[in-house]
Amino acid sequence: MKTFDFIQMRFPAKAEYVGIIRLSISGIASRMGFNYEEIEDLKIAISEAVTNTVTHAYKEDEIGEVSIGFGVYSDRLEIMVSDRGESFNFEEIKEEIGPYHPRESPIENLREGGLGLFLIDALMDKVEINNDYGVIVLMTKYIHEAEVDSDDNEISTTQQ
Amino acid sequence: MNLSIDIQEREHHSIIFVQGEVDVYTAEQLKKSLIPLTEETENLVEVNLDGVRYMDSTGLGILIGAWKSAKKHHSHLKLVQLNNRLMRLFKVTGLDQMMDIHPIKQGGNQYENV
Repeated sequence: MKTFDFIQMRFPAKAEYVGIIRLSISGIASRMGFNYEEIEDLKIAISEAVTNTVTHAYKEDEIGEVSIGFGVYSDRLEIMVSDRGESFNFEEIKEEIGPYHPRESPIENLREGGLGLFLIDALMDKVEINNDYGVIVLMTKYIHEAEVDSDDNEISTTQQ
Repeated sequence: MNLSIDIQEREHHSIIFVQGEVDVYTAEQLKKSLIPLTEETENLVEVNLDGVRYMDSTGLGILIGAWKSAKKHHSHLKLVQLNNRLMRLFKVTGLDQMMDIHPIKQGGNQYENV
């Protein structure tokens, strides 16, 4: 039984595509009924995850692909970012993934990429990371409750 | 998805206007323009972020780098005209406690040009 829509996209792991990925999530989140602030948070979170992949790809001198999966639920958006180009089994990976624990270190001393993960954790409701096959980041953001309560139309809520 | 940068140089006072999106794609452009200004001694480097529509950790990283560089060269980095979204980024990261930051004032037109 499928209770959510799944959208998958693949991009070359290049910096110039990060802006396009932001436009994509902006469209999906807007359609779902997220408010302006939440959409801006989502744009930053997904950019941070993709940026990690892109900068890593440049260091390795081998431009790979970044896979992005969106789990669209009535009350939340789950976003998976993987530095492997191949398709992934969304449900399977979700079971194997573990929570992210930000280390307590002053912002000045965060190593490269650390600030990005810190922001993802601050802006999303739930963040999980799996390092078994490349790096996979799974993040969840719930639609603001006040909006869901005030309107039972769920996803069909219009954004004018 | 572009960034445009405009620099006004006066004696011991540089103003850099940043417009557009600061992300992994455009960050290098900001770095190249901003860092040299902070390497001048006793320079007030004012970064006007009024036109920034998007910024993430790559942009913050460059501003942190510029802040450190300014300190090292006895210069001062000042960030002005930050909108609510940018302020949120600086507050979440605690950078607002560390850096000299001046958000956009409500009601507008109260911006002091130093």
